[in-house]
Amino acid sequence: MIQVVLPKNLQILAGVGRTVEVDVSGPVTQRTVLDALEARHPALLGTMRDHVSKKRRPMIRFFACEEDLSDESLDAPLPEEVAAGKEPLLIIGAIAGGRREPAATSRA
Amino acid sequence: MSRVRVLVGTRKGAFVLTSDAARKSWKVDGPHFAGWEIYHVKGSPADPERLYASQTSGWFGQVMQRSNDGGKTWEAVGNQFEYDGTPGTHRWYDNSPHPWEFKRVWHLEPSRTDPDTVYAGAEDAALFVSRDGGQSWGELPGLRTHHTASEWNPGAGGLCLHTIILDPKDADRITVAVSSSGTFRSDDGGKTFKAINRGLRSNHIPDPDAEIGHCVHHVAMNPERPNVLFMQKHWDVMRSDDSGDTWREISGNLPTDFGFVVDVNANEPDTVYVLPITSDSHHFVPDGKLRVYRSRTGGDDWEALTKGLPQKDCYVNVLRDAMAVDTLDPSGVYFGTSGGQVYVSPDGGDTWSSVVRDLPGVLSVEVQTLT
Repeated sequence: MIQVVLPKNLQILAGVGRTVEVDVSGPVTQRTVLDALEARHPALLGTMRDHVSKKRRPMIRFFACEEDLSDESLDAPLPEEVAAGKEPLLIIGAIAGGRREPAATSRA
Repeated sequence: MSRVRVLVGTRKGAFVLTSDAARKSWKVDGPHFAGWEIYHVKGSPADPERLYASQTSGWFGQVMQRSNDGGKTWEAVGNQFEYDGTPGTHRWYDNSPHPWEFKRVWHLEPSRTDPDTVYAGAEDAALFVSRDGGQSWGELPGLRTHHTASEWNPGAGGLCLHTIILDPKDADRITVAVSSSGTFRSDDGGKTFKAINRGLRSNHIPDPDAEIGHCVHHVAMNPERPNVLFMQKHWDVMRSDDSGDTWREISGNLPTDFGFVVDVNANEPDTVYVLPITSDSHHFVPDGKLRVYRSRTGGDDWEALTKGLPQKDCYVNVLRDAMAVDTLDPSGVYFGTSGGQVYVSPDGGDTWSSVVRDLPGVLSVEVQTLT
């Protein structure tokens, strides 16, 4: 089983704890892990990547084995430790950001 | 026995406040969706137990929530909002062309007759509708493809569609408002829209007869008299007696005519409420005093309502969707502040008290009158 660690807001949204386990058959990639995660927890659809293009949302990062994999190909194999279930794929809300355009303040 | 349910969206979650018809003793339930911005929560007039909530985040995007039990439990429903066709560009703050990009839903307006039909006002400005209880959403592109849309500029809060009014007597009539483009009306169920901004005057627009470009903050209507609309514009409080075809200013003796909210008493269609804000740079109430202003004459002549509201050292703002009225007699009036207070007046504005004082900053307030 692949272990995925979710940020707090997505834990609340999906009604799960910090770590979620998903089963992936075939190659273990960002795409296949996120496909499995969204299939198991449909509330997460659209919150980590675009519904259609599957492009990562700008303020989301993917870390594993002390590496930032955010800009790796969606179809690149994840580290063997992740595929073996020994290390989690960390889904991170970027610490910097979340604000919108400088001129805009929400609901002003 | 009648009771009320107040639906509060805040910067860090949603809260449900309930009381009996006396509106003196309150139960506070929440936060729901803790940590998320909740732009709007609104109930279906056709099934008051059916609620919709717009849950948003700069990190995680748009989520739509639905409740079938009056807000006790919720389920995430569809959040795929795609513009119809190739959306093109509008004007950015520097007036350069900027691609149309979906960011969030500001306002939800459930159908008056069908609990599964709900309209959503989006940023960047567009009108969406779901006819399956929020599971799937489609754009009504007639607004965003209005012949002026490529010239629309965002207001300080973004290019947001923040007001949706469904006419209770004409199912094909939908009135919407966009910051900072203006007000638009469809008379064919949302297929096409026309700009309804004649009479609006805005200092930042050189052309006094400009069809668009007006920063409309909110529009309100009493359902018993749907042809009469009241508007809080960026500056100026306005009134239309012909469903928006023409407008006249009714700011009268207000201490300032800048503000965000406007609402109409449910039982007295000429009793109107606004909450003046010092200016567009201050974004707090004048003189450290929190004052609702009431007109009993449909505008022009306003009285300050202060009893029970802080009258010194108060510097809060009240945002455009953060005032509501119930349909009890006398009608209750509610508003929420940037400081996290929610106030209620059970007597049409004569006296006020706080329901809660320390919520996260309030983004929206709606009320349901339940029997």
